[in-house]
Order: sequence, then structure tokens, then C-alpha cells
Amino acid sequence: MHRYLVRRIGVFLLTIFAAVTINFIVIHATPLDPVAAVLGRMASRGMSVEGGAQIVRTYTEAFGLDQPLYVQYLRYMGNLLRGDFGYSLAYFPEKVSSVVLRAIPWTLGLLTSAILLAFIVGNLIGALAAWPKAPRVFRSLIYVFMGFSAIPFYLLALLLLYTFAFMWPLLPTGGMFSVGSARGFDLATVIEVVTHATLPVASLALGLIGFWALSMRGAMTTVVGEDYLSYARVKGLRERTIFFRYGMRNALLPQVTALAIDMGQLVSGQVLVETIFNYPGLGTVLYNALRTADYFVVQGVVLFIIISVALTMLIIDLIYPLLDPRVRLGEAS
Amino acid sequence: MAMESIMPGRLRWSPALIAGLLLLAVPLLPIVVGPFLVTPEMADVFGDVPNLPPSALHPLGTQSEGRDLLAALMLGTPSTLTIGLIGGGTALLIGGILGLLSGYLGGWVDSVVRTVVDVGLTIPPLAILILVAASFPIVSIVSMGLIVAATAWMGPTRVIRAQILSLREREFVRVAKLSDAGTLRIVFLELMPNLIPFLAASFVNAMTTAILASIGLEVLGLGPRQSYTLGNTIYEAVYYTAMWRGMWWWWLPPIVVLVCIFVGLFLVSHVLDRVANPRLERGQ
Repeated sequence: MHRYLVRRIGVFLLTIFAAVTINFIVIHATPLDPVAAVLGRMASRGMSVEGGAQIVRTYTEAFGLDQPLYVQYLRYMGNLLRGDFGYSLAYFPEKVSSVVLRAIPWTLGLLTSAILLAFIVGNLIGALAAWPKAPRVFRSLIYVFMGFSAIPFYLLALLLLYTFAFMWPLLPTGGMFSVGSARGFDLATVIEVVTHATLPVASLALGLIGFWALSMRGAMTTVVGEDYLSYARVKGLRERTIFFRYGMRNALLPQVTALAIDMGQLVSGQVLVETIFNYPGLGTVLYNALRTADYFVVQGVVLFIIISVALTMLIIDLIYPLLDPRVRLGEAS
Repeated sequence: MAMESIMPGRLRWSPALIAGLLLLAVPLLPIVVGPFLVTPEMADVFGDVPNLPPSALHPLGTQSEGRDLLAALMLGTPSTLTIGLIGGGTALLIGGILGLLSGYLGGWVDSVVRTVVDVGLTIPPLAILILVAASFPIVSIVSMGLIVAATAWMGPTRVIRAQILSLREREFVRVAKLSDAGTLRIVFLELMPNLIPFLAASFVNAMTTAILASIGLEVLGLGPRQSYTLGNTIYEAVYYTAMWRGMWWWWLPPIVVLVCIFVGLFLVSHVLDRVANPRLERGQ
């Protein structure tokens, strides 16, 4: 148990360390000089270079460019640990952290809705596919969703966008709500936000369902033969009760661990899906930063994503044994 | 009995394998048919009138920079497949070496490799690539292939390590050890041949991961400059809002080809996984 904990937390810390170090190396080895690039651009647009001089000063200070390399490295680490990712070059003097913070609620909303939707639908389909008395449709439905799961989220997003926003214009093409609509907290706004989130959420969920369905089918197959199900039948319980309360309930818990498995691929997909729908989350921030060569925002978003994914996976791995007493740590892994 | 159950099965024709191979044949269409209808030069910027819908002269129309889209598909499909082959091959090589060392030597080497794999699996694949590609623009198909291998080596490492661990204790390896065969000799002559089905399955999976990562970079505008790849074509279509302008011939063909590649590779890898690990079949 203790060895597992130490190892798991060690992997988490090493991940952060690796990401930060790679980032530091990239900054120092790049042939591009981001600050010079921005100054050049500002000058060519006839903008005041006062802000530019300030950028150079803060940049030099933040990285301690006149200091030896290891001092720069430690200082850089220290800044990141305090949540200081530096300044946005495109929106100077706005800080990278505030650009990131603004985008987080949208990204988180999209991601959790997609995971929840896929978890519920996928597990239902998987469980029904293994349930002897369920319609046979569900058995073939699994293969359809496995096909979808092979297609990258980004391509699913483009196909859904065309089908449901252009061919049949049922849903908006992008953004988080219509331009100029009221933004109070009322029913109309809620509906706006939901309709705008539908396509991005569907793109992610569609690709995830097959994964859940397949592993649920596997889990359910082992449950179907259990004695307690026969007992429940003999007791004369309704089929629906047996299915949900006796069948699914016992097969569902191990599915939670699988939440952590593809987090990396999912988040990578989400970044790309957001750019398609111009959804104001981290993916779109990243895309715009790439297009305006706003390197500090690019690095800030990337590091933030790596750290939060690593943290989420750590939390899921640590919480799971508390949920399921059948798991004993240290033996399985 | 336990010994037999982990022996690989044999590759047989199944509906999944046939469907997978048929889907993988679709990307070959533009490569084979293309040269009869268009020339590579037609894919150049301002090679022709921009924004033409499909016609006899331009079977897939042209885009906003005047590139012929069938010509772009004809050049882009092989590039994307090449990136997948280089990426998947490199990942298999890295994974093979690490997995062999880790499984065969054990001890601290194994601990280090396992930790590195866990760290690699925790980092979202696109994240590190974006970081690198934003600072060092990717110029060629080959460098793209090598870079995306960074996201694909963990799977092969795990699979090969697990197999070596189970093979290591088998009779024939013990006999080889007793007869004083060197470590390298045992690894390459005794262990390798048993791994071939696993290597094949790992390679297909790694190739899928590599192509996925390359498309991800390309649609963000970080693809190899001045090269035609399927991802670059999609990036341009989105950049020039082709969907809004009703130019389906621009964005749809590369997506169709990619979907065929991904679903085809998925089916083939599914079949290979079962050949490598027949217990999966019985488990279902």
C-alpha cells in the first residue's frame, strides 16, 4: 500500500518535473526569439514601443537572463510553482494565468459533460449487450460505437458540424452563445449555452462511448452468471430492478478506474475540437496563441494542461480504492 | 496447459480482417488513380483557377489558393502514411529495446523503464509536441515522423516487457541459459521469434497513434511546411472557412481518406491482438 502510494506520487512529481524541464530546454534552445518577434511586429504596426521595452524588462527579470543557467532554471521552476506563467505577448500587460483562468470553466464544462454522457450511454449499451433478455440491437450497436471510437475526435467534430449545422441547420456552428444575446443568468441563457455546447460535447462523447460499452460488456458477462442474479429472479423481482440494482451496480464500479486511462488522448482531442467550434476554452486560447506567436501563452496552456491531467489521474488512482473495497493496492500493480 | 494458452494463434481470414484491409485500400485510390487525371504540379499554389467545384478537368475541384485538390490528395496521402510508418517504426524500435531490457534484465533497469513509461502515459500526447513544434518549426515529413514517435513508444514498451517477462521463465530459455548462450544471443535468437505477433500488433497500434498525433499538429498549423499532408489540407480548409462557403470537395475527401485509414488500422489491430493473444478471443 505504502509502496504504491509513494510510487504513484513519485510518477506525478516526475511528470511535472519532466514537463517543466522540457519547456525550459525548449525556451532556451529555440532559434526563435519571441520577444524580438513581438517588438518587430509592434514597430511595424507603428505601435508605441514603450510597452515593448517593458516586455523586455519583465522578460529579462523573470528569467534572470543575466544569471547562470541553473539560477534561471530554479527561478523558472519557482515562478511556475507560484502559478506565474509570465505575460501574454499578444495581450500585454495581461498575465498568462488570467488568460488561462478565463478559459478553464468552458473547457471543464465541455470535458465533464462529455465524459458523463459517454459514461452513462456507453455503460448502458455495454450492459444491455451482455444481458441475455435485452434486445439484440445492443449487440450490434457496440460495433457501431467501436467504429466511431477509432475515428479521431477532431474528424468526428468536423463531420457532426457539417451534418447538424450546415446540412440540417439545427445547431449553432460555434461559440458559447449567440453574439449580442443577453447574458444574465436566466433560462434563455442556459438554453443558449446548452445548444452551443451540444456539438462539441457530442463529438467527444461519440468517440468515447465505444470504449465504455466494450469494457462494460466484459464486466457484465462475468456478472450474468452469478448466483445472486438467479436468487433475485427466484425472489420474483422485476427484470428492470435485477438489471440495474443487481447487474449493473456490481459491474459499474471497476469502470471508474478506466476514467483515468485515456485522459491524455481525450484532453488532446478536446483541444482540437474546441478550435473547430471556436469554443472559448483552453484549446481555442492555444490555437489563437499559436497563430499570433504568443509563446508564453502557448507554454502556459500546455503546462497547465499537463499538470491538471497528471493531478486528475493521481486523484482517480488514489480515490478508487476507497470506493471499491474489493481492490487491494500493491497487489494488482 | 498454461503454457499453451499464451502461445499465439494463427492469422485467419475473418470479416474484420477483410473489412480492415478493404478500408486500408481506399487511401491507395488517389495514389493509383490520381496520376491518370492530374499532375503533381497542379497541387502548387495558383496552379489553376481558385475555388472551382469538381469537374472533368479537376475531379475534386480546386481550393482558394488555386491548388487542385485531387493532386493535393494524391501527394498528401502518401505523406501521411509515411509519417505513420516512420513514427510507428521508430516507436516500435524504442519500445522493443526498452521492453527487452526492462523485461529481461529486471531490477533497477525495469523500475526506471516502468517509471518513464508511466510518466509518458500521463502527459497528454499533443501537449509536448505542441511545445516543441511551436519553437522548432517542423520542416520535413521525416522529422514529423520522428517527432510523433515520442507519443507512440509507451504501448510497445509495455507489451514487449510483459511478453519477455512471461517468456523468460520458459523451458527453452532456461536451456539456452544453461548451455551458456550470451544474453544478446538469447534475446535475439530465442526470444525475438516468439514476439513476432506481438510486434506486429504493437506496430499497427503505434502507427495509429503516430498518425493521430501528426494530424493533431497539422490541423493546428504546426505541420511540415511546404509539404502536402492530409492534415495540412484540412487545416487550410478550416483556415479558409471552406465549410461555410459550401466547398465540400475541399474538406470532405481528406476526412474520408483519414477515416478509412483509422478504422482500417483499428480493425487490423483488433485482429492482430487476437492472434497475439488468443485468450482475448475466449474471454469474449
